[in-house]
Amino acid sequence: MEKMTSPYRWGMVVDLDRCTGCGACVVACQAENNVGICGKREIAEGRDMHWLRIERFWVGEYPNVRVRFLPVLCQHCHDAPCEPVCPVYASYHNPEGLNGQVYNRCVGTRYCGNNCPYAVRVFNFYSHEWPKPLDNQLSPDITVRPRGVMEKCTFCIQRIRRAREDAEGEGRKIRDGEVQPACAQTCPTEALVFGNLADPRSRAARLSRSPRGFRLLEHLGTHPSITYLKGGGREHV
Amino acid sequence: MSEISDQTGRTIPTGPTSSTTKSATQLNDELLSSLRTPTWKWYGLALFLGAVVAWGLAAFSYQMYTDMSVTGLDRPVMWGVYIVNFVFWIGLSHSGTMVSAILRLCQANWRRPILRAAETMTVFTVAVGGLFPLIHLGRNWVFFYLIPYPNQRGLWPNFRSALLWDATAIFTYIIGSSLFLYLGMLPDLAVARDRASGWRLKLYTVLAMGWRGTAREWVVFQKASTLMAALIIPVAVSVHSIVAWDFAVTVIPGWHSTIFPPYFVIGAIHSGVAAVITLMIIIRKAFHLEEYLTPLHFDNMGKLQLVIALLWSYAYFVEVQTTWYAHEPIEWEVYGFMAHKYTFILLLMLVGNAILPIICLCFKRLRRSIPVMLVITLLINVGMFIERFLIIVPSLSHKNMPFVWGTYRPTWVEISVTAGAFAGFALMYTLFAKTFPMVATTDVREYETQKRLVPVGRTRLPSLAGKE
Repeated sequence: MEKMTSPYRWGMVVDLDRCTGCGACVVACQAENNVGICGKREIAEGRDMHWLRIERFWVGEYPNVRVRFLPVLCQHCHDAPCEPVCPVYASYHNPEGLNGQVYNRCVGTRYCGNNCPYAVRVFNFYSHEWPKPLDNQLSPDITVRPRGVMEKCTFCIQRIRRAREDAEGEGRKIRDGEVQPACAQTCPTEALVFGNLADPRSRAARLSRSPRGFRLLEHLGTHPSITYLKGGGREHV
Repeated sequence: MSEISDQTGRTIPTGPTSSTTKSATQLNDELLSSLRTPTWKWYGLALFLGAVVAWGLAAFSYQMYTDMSVTGLDRPVMWGVYIVNFVFWIGLSHSGTMVSAILRLCQANWRRPILRAAETMTVFTVAVGGLFPLIHLGRNWVFFYLIPYPNQRGLWPNFRSALLWDATAIFTYIIGSSLFLYLGMLPDLAVARDRASGWRLKLYTVLAMGWRGTAREWVVFQKASTLMAALIIPVAVSVHSIVAWDFAVTVIPGWHSTIFPPYFVIGAIHSGVAAVITLMIIIRKAFHLEEYLTPLHFDNMGKLQLVIALLWSYAYFVEVQTTWYAHEPIEWEVYGFMAHKYTFILLLMLVGNAILPIICLCFKRLRRSIPVMLVITLLINVGMFIERFLIIVPSLSHKNMPFVWGTYRPTWVEISVTAGAFAGFALMYTLFAKTFPMVATTDVREYETQKRLVPVGRTRLPSLAGKE
């Protein structure tokens, strides 16, 4: 069997010093990916559909309280706990290092959601609706997920596919910065940087080598594709 | 009541007429009495159970028709009472066949009146348990994606997933235990056939497969049942190990534990033996089998239960002790959360599963008291249900990312489906008991003919003829 290889290994860098917790990335992700719209009730029940969430932590005692933000999205692990547990291969790893999800194949055992240590997989507990004229904003590039399936961040795979088709048409590789997921594109402070980690000169690859870099729950050995750059700056000096 | 000695020299009580051994017809009459025309009480019970099953089915249909939001599941607790039920029922299924097989291999004669009840329990509990993974699917209507069938798309299920191992193991177990039950029942079906008329005659004629009771048939039968008993034990052990792997192979704090497979097997036998005893009590009462299910049987089963209760307590202690000593923060957080939020049911579990049975079953008088045994065995199964809940839910509630910690509370839909499952099991059992010989007639008769009074000098002494 031919080994599937790719010149790309997509990854992201999240600079926590730059993140202001504005939440623009969350909104952009929701708009780009046909993510179901949740009301107050669903969010209170813990059934919100955000593929990307901003975790907010309070640090210190009043009055010296500081707030910290941690954007958490699918870490696209290279040894992803969610992948081997899926009984139908709905959760799989593609040659570009993306952790994919085949919605039409998913039967909804929710095993992947349990086994994801980052809890970034969301399940369609409700059948979501887009009342007119909201249905006009649905992207035709992405499946609208029915109830009962798992979904998750894909690093906006539809954008990567399109960029790759364009590049292949011109007989070249995708240039650095040519493709960005919606969250990175929207981030006003450029806290999220997306790029090809297989290319050591890409911006994401260079930033990921920063001494401030760390990965979430690294001790579990999941080898995530996302590097966080430690925040806190002067507070810790 | 007269007494005779068994092979080990202990005196055991037997039926009141053992000095004048009962005729085969008398024995058949008594042991097959459950097959007589049902009384109105039986119809009432069946109707009641049927109604609960219908209610459970309605709840499940409602869940399928609306969506999974009618359950109490959320992120991060994506498995709840359905999976608790799955583990519980598969656990229950454990002992029936296994107890029967082990006792058959050990040639323990006291097994004879209870083995059918135990084997039947296995088949029905595994059938009920096997339904829960399908009930809990988000899209039940595409459940066949989980089956490895040849298809045009060239898609195959993922055999690296513990859920597929589960499906394989349970399917093997359900086939194996059904065959074991059917094989053991073959001569009884022939006896029932020879006494039946009407639709029963037709049914038993087909099922008895022309059994005539020739010497050759018996030789083959003996070989086959010993072989089946030896083969079913490893299957039974593997099934619950695999169920434990659903949890042990994950990276979830509180689930990822190497002791889980043996611990689950012990837990399964614990609940299974308790369920066998409970059923023995019910059958004894319902079919007036006081002569055949004597306090001796409860004494023996009580000893078995005591050993298993000790083993279970040891395994539980080891699991908690290693976690406590290592004090790995996330894992310890799970335990702290469990002890804080579920204090009452945690204590109930410890009392029901360990403290009460270990204390009570040490005493012969209590082991031989049927009401006491009923209470103890029922509490063990309540405890085991709680144990599965406490393994599954708290670990998921407090996983690695504190920002998405949550809780879980089952809704009426999940509770209704659970009630439906219990009633469904009871209904299948009730129907089976009226249709098929519930006491292993030929096994009991074999024993009755083996023990007889032989003249020694001027006196008659009880003897137990072994196999040649």
